[in-house]
Amino acid sequence: MELIASAVDVLARWDVALALLVGSIGGVVIGSIPGVGPAVAIAILLPATFSMDPIVGLTVLLGIYGSSMYGGAIPAILINTPGTAVNALTTYDGFPMTLRGEGRRALSLAYSASFFGGIFSVVCLILLSPVLARVAPMFGSREIFLAALLGIILVIVAHRGQMLVAAALTGFGILLHTVGLEPVKYTRRYTFEQSWLAGGFDLIVVVLGLFAISQAFYLLTLDDEKIRISKTRGSLFQGFRELGRHPRVAAVSASFGVVMGMIPGVGEFTAQFMSYTSARKLSKTPDAFGHGSSEGLIASETANNAVPGAAMIPLLALGIPGEALTAMMLSVFYVHNVVPGPGLFQNQMDFVVALYLALLVLNVLVVAFLLVSTKWLVYLTKIPNRFLGMCILLLSFVGVYSIRNSPVDCAIAAVFGLIGFILKRLNLPIVPIVLGMVLGGIMEVKLRASMNRVKEPLDFIDRPIAFLIFCAILIVLGSTLWRARTQWRPLDRRTVGKKGAAAFARRLATRHARIVSERSKTQRRTRLP
Amino acid sequence: MRDDDDIHAKTRGSGQIVFVAGGLAMTLLLLSQITGQTIWDDQAKNFAAQPRFWPLVALLAMVLGFALHLWRMRHRAFRPEDWGEARRWIEPAEYVVWFMGYVFLVPLIGFLPMSLVFATGLTWRLGYRNRRMLWTAALFAFATVVFFKALLGVKIPGSALYEMLPEPFRSSFILYF
Repeated sequence: MELIASAVDVLARWDVALALLVGSIGGVVIGSIPGVGPAVAIAILLPATFSMDPIVGLTVLLGIYGSSMYGGAIPAILINTPGTAVNALTTYDGFPMTLRGEGRRALSLAYSASFFGGIFSVVCLILLSPVLARVAPMFGSREIFLAALLGIILVIVAHRGQMLVAAALTGFGILLHTVGLEPVKYTRRYTFEQSWLAGGFDLIVVVLGLFAISQAFYLLTLDDEKIRISKTRGSLFQGFRELGRHPRVAAVSASFGVVMGMIPGVGEFTAQFMSYTSARKLSKTPDAFGHGSSEGLIASETANNAVPGAAMIPLLALGIPGEALTAMMLSVFYVHNVVPGPGLFQNQMDFVVALYLALLVLNVLVVAFLLVSTKWLVYLTKIPNRFLGMCILLLSFVGVYSIRNSPVDCAIAAVFGLIGFILKRLNLPIVPIVLGMVLGGIMEVKLRASMNRVKEPLDFIDRPIAFLIFCAILIVLGSTLWRARTQWRPLDRRTVGKKGAAAFARRLATRHARIVSERSKTQRRTRLP
Repeated sequence: MRDDDDIHAKTRGSGQIVFVAGGLAMTLLLLSQITGQTIWDDQAKNFAAQPRFWPLVALLAMVLGFALHLWRMRHRAFRPEDWGEARRWIEPAEYVVWFMGYVFLVPLIGFLPMSLVFATGLTWRLGYRNRRMLWTAALFAFATVVFFKALLGVKIPGSALYEMLPEPFRSSFILYF
């Protein structure tokens, strides 16, 4: 109780209240504009938050992170375009409902499911806090190294169908971290005698380039789309009543969101697909999924919004970000000399509880804002793509230039913008680069610290948590290799023309065989008396 | 809807070979430079303390990742559509020039005037030439400057042009715009 009172004290300031309001409303607005997304907004705002108090800066960023998915449901449901990438599944059931004239019902269901998911994850976080406070100090250098390694492996494995290129891009991220002066002997690594490379690549500059500037380039090279908004009927409150009729779907989906959010490198996509699949299996009307099923909508939106709260667990308890957005938030902690990890739970528990309470208040604020502003937010989807690209490019300048007023930083960000643009064009993942950069740094420091105390290789895993994480790594690697082996198919590298020719030859051969057999049958019949 | 279809990301086929082969070539080039660009410390206590260890791990991950991806690719020969896609990658070069021009001119002309010029100029260039869009762009630029520099106090220095302003305006322009 004392702890909650001191956490309320941390939050009871006008600047924190303003940050909550700006973060939640800003997040919804950003989420409801297709093509922007929380990563772009957080990357742009990061340098501005460095001059703020840690709790104020983090509240703004958390606000954007937690509320953007609420806003992202609006275009997903009304115009079949997800506002943020993780709202893609919402379009499956949300848009068919809009086509049936039930857009408001769908929006209301999405808001209520998101609210439930958000609150559920914060409650889990609060309930887990005592356990985390007890377990976190058991994490020494080698446990944190192994957890970061597990995170890297999971990031790669989570990109199914693109695992090899995700591994290469993670390696690229680790390489970017190593450029510059090495921290122990101060020798130069991959600087090519260039003084501007001696300081290495700044994470914020790379993130701004990869997420914000690349998105600006992407939008600037697109064509504008004509957007037609359908008329909707009904009350925005009806979803809350309807959610009560599907408690099992909501609870299972929120649990998937929390569990997947806690595991580094997994995130919203896996959470929502697992919850969607399980909701369909549990449903009495599985055929309605993908055609405007309320259960499908609840499953995807609940799982999405349960992730941000849970993703704070590895970040706060171990200092390990699970995905790109929490990786960006990690830099806010470092700038203010607040080191997330086991020490945070021991020494600054009121700060941690204040963050939880901020997340709780945020969800209430967002729903209240959405209930009064939905009809205006819809019009944000009409902003033309290329105009939006210009706006993001201008804001990116503020983000990069305000770090050190350095044109070199801006040029580096522009180069990473081009790399991000190519990755977006090819639909290859950007997140492994950022996580490779962050987790690579953590792994280098922690491995060096832990190797000083290790004599035999097996000493590395002689503590119970280290052993458990090591087993988890083996299981993940083993299951991935097993799946790759069982699903192995030799590739068909023939051209379309050759494939067509082969198919035609097969058809001719079958026809020939049929004709021959029919003819031989006829001949036999004629021979018979 | 099949779950597998949704979970698997759909990578664009055309242009992929250019990216992967280019990435592999660049990685091999960097790997060939490792002895010159990193040092091997004979007094290091263990492999983790070697300055060369992590760059080597990163480069090996890149080589393996790119090489295996290339080996598993359906089309390993360069096709005309690959070059067509690669040509699209240089389309944003014009916007890089706009961006870097903005970067170099802000310290000379000032954050507010340059933002107004950049926003309206680029909006005009993009083909939005009606008065409504140009005013919206100008308003957006003004709001951005006020929000970030005057309200949040982000560090963007005043310009050489502001120094020429009369005294009552000079300090407020340097501070807020």
